[in-house]
Amino acid sequence: MSMINLVTAETAKYGSPTLNIAIFAIFVAVTLGIVIKVAAGKKTAGEYYTAGGAFSGKQNGIAIAGDYLSAASFLGIAGAIALQGYDGFLYSIGFLVAWLVALLLVAELMRNTGRFTMADVLSYRLRQRPVRIAVSCSVLAVSFFYLLAQMAGAGGLVSLLLGVSGEAAQNLVIAVVGVVMVLYVLIGGMKGTTWVQIIKAILLIFAAFIMSVWVLAKYGFNISSLFQGAVDTTAASANAKTAANAEHLLTPGLKYGLNMTTKIDFISLSLALVLGTAGLPHVLQRFYTVPTSKQARKSVEWAIWLIGGFYLLTLTIGFGAGALVGPDKIAAAPGKANAAAPLLAYELGGSVLLGVVAGIAFATILAVVAGLTITSSATFAHDLYKEVFKKGKTTQEAEVRVARIAALAIGAVAIFGGMFAKSQNIAFLVALAFAVAASANLPTILYSLFWKRFNTRGALWSIYGGLLSSIILIFFSPVVSGKPADPKTGLSASMITDPSIDFHWFPLDNPGLISIPLAFFLGWLGSVTSKEFDAGKYAEMEVRSLTGHGVAEALEH
Amino acid sequence: MSVNPTTTSEAYQAVQASEEFQTLRKKFRSFVFPTTAFFLAWYFLYVLLSIFAPKFMGTKVFGNITIGLIFGLGQFVTTFVITFIYARWANRQFDPLADAIGRRLDGGTEH
Repeated sequence: MSMINLVTAETAKYGSPTLNIAIFAIFVAVTLGIVIKVAAGKKTAGEYYTAGGAFSGKQNGIAIAGDYLSAASFLGIAGAIALQGYDGFLYSIGFLVAWLVALLLVAELMRNTGRFTMADVLSYRLRQRPVRIAVSCSVLAVSFFYLLAQMAGAGGLVSLLLGVSGEAAQNLVIAVVGVVMVLYVLIGGMKGTTWVQIIKAILLIFAAFIMSVWVLAKYGFNISSLFQGAVDTTAASANAKTAANAEHLLTPGLKYGLNMTTKIDFISLSLALVLGTAGLPHVLQRFYTVPTSKQARKSVEWAIWLIGGFYLLTLTIGFGAGALVGPDKIAAAPGKANAAAPLLAYELGGSVLLGVVAGIAFATILAVVAGLTITSSATFAHDLYKEVFKKGKTTQEAEVRVARIAALAIGAVAIFGGMFAKSQNIAFLVALAFAVAASANLPTILYSLFWKRFNTRGALWSIYGGLLSSIILIFFSPVVSGKPADPKTGLSASMITDPSIDFHWFPLDNPGLISIPLAFFLGWLGSVTSKEFDAGKYAEMEVRSLTGHGVAEALEH
Repeated sequence: MSVNPTTTSEAYQAVQASEEFQTLRKKFRSFVFPTTAFFLAWYFLYVLLSIFAPKFMGTKVFGNITIGLIFGLGQFVTTFVITFIYARWANRQFDPLADAIGRRLDGGTEH
């Protein structure tokens, strides 16, 4: 088909696939070498899940940035800023401000009361089995959506960066990413994964810094002229509609200001972003890789500096792509908005810089997916196998063995899920994960840390209520079915692209506005209708959470 | 009283009821709750203004720098400032009190 030929021809114009693959292969070889050197060998459960809590706050902070700055953050936000200007920028602010919730309310108290998993904290003063099962469900659901997003990103990137656009070749790359990721996890456990994330974070931030300075230098280090450049390039677009909106790049509303529904949808998304971060299981797991709450605090401090700094850089990268690459080339490229940052790299530094950015983008996916896999496998082995299935009576060896088998299974799910989801929008899948995390996890985390009266029934109602309501609302939202058909292709922008199938009744793309308050309400209602209260456990949890008592001992033994 | 990890639930309850611990708890909550309320309000003010007052947010202050952009960068500034202030407060004001209570639980022995 001519369409496919066109795409291939278009792809071939940018950079050298061989160089891109070579740089990525070097990254994999070097990091695998490091993982084997620092972290190979037999592990205790603590070493496998949390690297024995032996990282420093600074190291962990860099690793958190590496974990959090996913493909959606880097490619998605840069692309959104390039095409929608101000509205793209709004996204990154939600992702950053969210870290204050983690810093002030969650990180230190979680570190003080848990050892391996999120469920450790949530089940602390409640009935173990039902709560662990509920938390495991929501941890696995959130991680699954996040995982799909990353794998879908890998598939989408391939066509642009490696010059392969065939179905089989994309699937092959997804499989390679999955296999390498499982290797990191099996060989290195949390320690190996953390080092991969640290290396990746440094490379990513460094590359973003170089690109930003380069773009700014082209505009005499005047940010106002850079904006003008983006407006001018957009105004010269061959697409009359894009050109007419050029001035709007600098004002809010290009994406979310269309009508009342899109406006309310944005409020819903903002709520999910700002409350979701502190409920992401793979982020919370990272707080256990440091020895004390002081180091957890330091981790978040570092993470905030790095993540905030990075989002400031994406502002210049996004507008730089708008100005120097232009919306027409971005829209024509395979991968569309996600291609903005790589195309800018090509525009600035030719094949070499594109190769470096491509390699880092893949490394990003690899590192994030590895983190998700560790967290999910810890949930399987520690919460479900050890605490629920074996009622705490099992050996370390057995537990770690289960965790490794779980990592293999999750790797397989990620590979097949990624192959299935590769045409899906990355940003949507990530927003989904945030919405589920903010609904199912955060209310229970806050209640169990701060509300004396909270009990098992409240936790179960809140977790299951938040989980089910967010997923059901998404299923009946325009995201899944019923978006109007594109006049050119005749396909709907929903997950189900056939415009004749339409079963949506929930008007918003993001469920947060309904499901988050609902989960808080259910948590309250469940608690006040149940008499359960364990004064001893409550005292123990509160004293430990604020003083850090017992943490060091738990680690040494 | 013996050293951890055999601290009894009675010991924890006694500490929880003590005046020092209640002061610590109050100190912590009266810092983090108002701060959280502030940054959430400030963030949603920004989101709502962007959504419902795009003309105002699109007003150019100088060159192509709009009020919305300054507001947005203001979110970065407040996030950084809150992080800095909290860390300083926690390191200087909160930690010494929390550590003292933790030590007392271990039977007064210094670590």
